[in-house]
Amino acid sequence: MSYLFNTPDEKREMLAKIGVESVEALFEQIPAKHRLGRDLDLPAALTELELEQHVQKLAARNGGRSSRTCFLGGGVYDHFIPAAVDAIASRSEFYTAYTPYQAEASQGSLQAFFEFQTLICQLTGMDVSNASLYEGGTAVSEAVFMAMRITKRHDRVVVLGSLHPEYQQIAETYLSQIGCELAVVPTPDGVADPAVVAEAIDETTACLVIQTPNFYGCLEQVEALTKIAHNHGALAIVSFDPISLGVLKTPAECGADIAVAEGQSLGTPMQFGGPFLGLIACRDKFVRQMPGRLIGETVDRNGKRCFVLNLQAREQHIRREKATSNICTNQGLLALRATAYLSLVGPQGIQEVANLSCSKAHYAAKKLCEIDGLEMAFDQPFFKEFTLKCRDGADEFIARAKQSGFDVGPGLKPFGGPDDHVLVAVTECRSRQEIDDLVEAVRSGVTASCDGVAAPHIKVPTGQRV
Amino acid sequence: MRNTQATELLFDLAQPGRRAAIFPESDVDTAAASECIPAEFLAAAAPELPEVTEPDVIRHFTNLSTLNMSVDTHFYPLGSCTMKYNPKRHERLAALPGIGDLHPYQSEDQLQGMLAIQYEMQEMLAEIAGLPAVSLQPAAGAQGEFTALLVASAYFKDRGENRTKVLFPSSAHGTNPASAALAGFECVQLKDGADGFVDLVELKAHLDDKTAVFMITNPNTLGLFESKITQIADLVHEVGGLVYIDGANMNAILGVTRPGDFGGDMMHYNVHKTFTGPHGAGGPGAGPIAVRDFLADYLPGPIVSRSESDTETFTMTTPAKSIGRVRSFFGNVGILMRGYFYLRTLGAKGLREASEDAVLNANYLKALLEDVLPVPHGNHCMHEFVASASDLQKERGISAMDIAKRLLDYGFHAPTVYFPLVVSDAIMIEPTETESKATLEAFAETIRKIIGEPAETLHNAPHTTPVSRPDDVRAARKPILRWRSEK
Repeated sequence: MSYLFNTPDEKREMLAKIGVESVEALFEQIPAKHRLGRDLDLPAALTELELEQHVQKLAARNGGRSSRTCFLGGGVYDHFIPAAVDAIASRSEFYTAYTPYQAEASQGSLQAFFEFQTLICQLTGMDVSNASLYEGGTAVSEAVFMAMRITKRHDRVVVLGSLHPEYQQIAETYLSQIGCELAVVPTPDGVADPAVVAEAIDETTACLVIQTPNFYGCLEQVEALTKIAHNHGALAIVSFDPISLGVLKTPAECGADIAVAEGQSLGTPMQFGGPFLGLIACRDKFVRQMPGRLIGETVDRNGKRCFVLNLQAREQHIRREKATSNICTNQGLLALRATAYLSLVGPQGIQEVANLSCSKAHYAAKKLCEIDGLEMAFDQPFFKEFTLKCRDGADEFIARAKQSGFDVGPGLKPFGGPDDHVLVAVTECRSRQEIDDLVEAVRSGVTASCDGVAAPHIKVPTGQRV
Repeated sequence: MRNTQATELLFDLAQPGRRAAIFPESDVDTAAASECIPAEFLAAAAPELPEVTEPDVIRHFTNLSTLNMSVDTHFYPLGSCTMKYNPKRHERLAALPGIGDLHPYQSEDQLQGMLAIQYEMQEMLAEIAGLPAVSLQPAAGAQGEFTALLVASAYFKDRGENRTKVLFPSSAHGTNPASAALAGFECVQLKDGADGFVDLVELKAHLDDKTAVFMITNPNTLGLFESKITQIADLVHEVGGLVYIDGANMNAILGVTRPGDFGGDMMHYNVHKTFTGPHGAGGPGAGPIAVRDFLADYLPGPIVSRSESDTETFTMTTPAKSIGRVRSFFGNVGILMRGYFYLRTLGAKGLREASEDAVLNANYLKALLEDVLPVPHGNHCMHEFVASASDLQKERGISAMDIAKRLLDYGFHAPTVYFPLVVSDAIMIEPTETESKATLEAFAETIRKIIGEPAETLHNAPHTTPVSRPDDVRAARKPILRWRSEK
């Protein structure tokens, strides 16, 4: 096997030095009855050429972005990735390094992560960012735990029903063991009604979780909602779309105490949902409750500026069961990609991406809704994604589009929503022609009639409602 | 030879008016969000990101990368981390069209090749573990631990049992207690025996009908196989508890023995270690778990299953009594894919050879070093060993950290130091199988040379790295966690 070095002669010399007859003798500490005594039952080994042919064959059974046109959303988006992002992330000095525990041998990664933290602060307007979490879903749960520690309220958390249903499900799993109530505020109009939210929050509530643009693509009244949370001494957690901050008000400006996001849009390929990049940023005063890795600036013994893992006393390898989180990794390589991406697009580039995505999404919405049988599910402002109501059902709409090589969705039914609602997302990558072609492809399919279905109501399996 | 100008902070390199990525003009009716969205939602100005050119960015990050040590450039014997070679074919294959560009909400008929791979990965991980049910969802080892503990919790609840305690030896990784606390359990840390193994008397004293799970890393963090593992598992099972195997050290035992065969009920893999992730300077990882069949119903979804009528058709399902989701979408697929490519490249024999050479290399290096760096525990080691610098500390004031830092000057990454805590002045060395005899000899020779150097030289080491001995105390006292404009 091509990754091993030891020749039979070398093995003999090594065994002689160790003082054993065979490699087998080194395994004698494993009780004989536990040794497998047969080969593992695994598929036969493949050479590099065979492996590539095998994987090509499997890849051909998938419909990727290269062969299809992607209007899919729901938290993962087909944004453009400049080649320079790949060039930087392909530097194996970055991707074959470990966690930067030895600062002297890791200044490259450490400085890049310090720059990442700064860029995320610049983007969100928040004071502090960590060096990243797993992805956007667990970032919400980590933020909720953080809010519980800060407010010392452990009994109740309120989330809007328009939060990504998978993020809700994760929060439910994470909270399931500690007896904390997860109250979900319904959002039948596509966004939360501040009056309803005000009733859901009380003096025992640790935090309110808001996503904007939300799962339906609609923009929430974040400023009003964060005020309501603050009125009750609860923290406001805002889950945002990083690209949207090219044009939308920042979480900080809207009153967020903790801002979280899925950072995939910042230069990470879709790769079937992961690995992705969890972003979390907060106000200065909460930094010691921050989960995960933080990089800090300091000086070395010669007074030279350098970067280190900082405030490690929060982390599991020091604090063990009292740590702020059990997390032990960050998404280093993807944080590097986001750092490169944000450097490359700069303030104007991210504005361009946001403006293009927003304009094209509005064009697509307008064109699609000109078709009889399709209408906007909600009369709310949106950014790059919107929910369509399809008279013939979402499945039919998706199938029509699919036949012509367009992927739209997801439909809301698998998430407990109505079966005539479907998401459509449009990024800067989609051309007017592609949008027009999608419209033509679905036009013929939307003919039969079907009565409206009840207002959307995203259900989480066992979440409590207010 | 270093370009120190290019490694100034990005923000110091920036000049207003510079651009890198430029996007097309709008080809639709509107060009700006302000024409589509009410003003109350819009920012007054663009975010304050740095303004740089593409050559700025490339030179900056390329030069930064040269400030790192990495597996591709250096021997990286970081104990517990399995810093093995990361095959280049994995990077190319993971990025193939139809693999790297799939959206998680594409319909299943557009994903059959991907689901076939994930299904096969589940099957292979089950076989290597000797545990039949696998969830690929956890994003990293720590999340694997947390997930498995929730599975255990759901299982006990279903049986009407109220079990509140998770036990682990003091040599456990910090994630074990942190995950147990997160999963709502009371953490009970056991004192290790003098030999570094689990003390059966201590274990018995803490086992009772409140015990949910005993977490154990095997081979343990001393690089030794817990030879009493059967008795340990029997004792835990006798009180109705479950045994969790932290799979951090699987690289020693692939195809030699299996957690399911030595008493484990649940385990996680670290795909980024054992199946050569790569590590990505701290992540992403992937921490799939394998469990016994009676726990399968509680696993998080989605799980890939194969159609019984058509073995070429795969579908995503969620088990009946699932604990729910622990991560969005399907998991860290990109890392799981690399693990899949690795397993398909090695096959059964190759995997076993990898473990054999990992163990051979570790024992050879141990034999080369033992007379100058004693290894207090065990006779032969598995894939890593833990030496102690405590004699050097006492006699000459040379610490484990001094040796670690001085190694950097000689072009070797440092071993893990001061872990596990059961060895004083611990130096934990894991060479992996993808290193040559000559490299191991050069490393051992360097350690001998370092030990012979004046203590002062070591205290001030490293001398040749871009920086030396950062002031951690200063960093923590008044944290500077971002650059700020002086404006």
